Amino acid sequence: MKFIHKYGAPKRFYQLAGTFIPWFAGITAVLFVSGLYLGLYWAPPDYQQGDAYRIMFVHVPNAWMSMMAYVIMASFAATGYIWNIRLADILARVSAPLGASFTLTALVTGSLWGKPMWGTYWVWDARLTSELILFFLYVGYMALQASIDDARRAAHASAILAIVGVVNIPIIHYSVYWWHTLHQPASLTLTNQPKIYATMLIPLIVMSLAFMFFYLTMLCVRARSEILLRERHTDWVRKLVEGKP
Amino acid sequence: MRKQNKKLLFVLVGLAGVSVAVWLILTAFRHNLVFFYSPTQVLEGKAPTHGVFRLGGLVEKGSIKKDGLKTTFTVTDLRHSMVVHYTGILPDLFRQGQGVVVQGRRVGNTVFMASQVLAKHGANYMPPDVAAELKRSMAAKAKAALS
Repeated sequence: MKFIHKYGAPKRFYQLAGTFIPWFAGITAVLFVSGLYLGLYWAPPDYQQGDAYRIMFVHVPNAWMSMMAYVIMASFAATGYIWNIRLADILARVSAPLGASFTLTALVTGSLWGKPMWGTYWVWDARLTSELILFFLYVGYMALQASIDDARRAAHASAILAIVGVVNIPIIHYSVYWWHTLHQPASLTLTNQPKIYATMLIPLIVMSLAFMFFYLTMLCVRARSEILLRERHTDWVRKLVEGKP
Repeated sequence: MRKQNKKLLFVLVGLAGVSVAVWLILTAFRHNLVFFYSPTQVLEGKAPTHGVFRLGGLVEKGSIKKDGLKTTFTVTDLRHSMVVHYTGILPDLFRQGQGVVVQGRRVGNTVFMASQVLAKHGANYMPPDVAAELKRSMAAKAKAALS
């Protein structure tokens, strides 16, 4: 608890995030460049889909991140709600647009792949529908945040929505096993051997790490601006803006 | 009880309650959430008898007959099968032995008129040479099992 209160102070986090951002951004850039090289050039074509499968290197990491970002957002929202930690409120709030972007990218890239491969842009199967609901959850969370002026009340009201929405995450994950869906089941699971050949799996993992570090970088950048905005009347921000020590 | 513990309890109980509610709803709608029916389900009368529904299964090997845009093929779940008639463009992944979901009406006991054909993609990804190698070794294994 003492640790959280020391590093959980927005001012302290602002400085800490500032030192981390260049590292995170650098790692993101290296991973993106190597991931794209491996995925678009080094990896072999697929035995059935040819080169069209390569959209997976963007689609799959975004789909994973859409769910991971939601769990992170809801955890921060719950932490902020239960223990009244301002930094957790801030991190939950700035995480939402990032998660929404991941979700939208997963939906759009999946749809672009679906047309030539499945024969349709969209079907209302359980996987696609639950992922669309995830997008609406993000949008609803952001709308609720935006509609309440008081930062603390906005955080606590929207926290309830974020927490309730967590129920959707296992539904998205298990939808392909619980129901007949057009979407294929997972190629990568914790318990079974991967159903993706190693030379295709490596770029996928690199790209997933790239999106993960991209998320971390953007989370820090957005949290810093949100902190400055919220603490604009404090002395330390004034000093920082005026450039005086 | 401390205020924070009360809130924690509220969140946990609330989440458990919502989970149970969603689980009940999904169980109640289980049959409406089915994206497609297998030929066995159709023949057992579990699919709608009137109107449009989706039929899914594997395209039986050697069953595809093409005449211009008209295609006839057999959809099987390895227990039962249905003959599907379709006029139109087929998706890239439509192949024999592959999964397929067709939307349309049942016109005879085992005959289906499709208005849309969707190819179902498997979870396997591999390079063409590996797939060819796999096919060769499978064939060799089958041969060894026969002799």
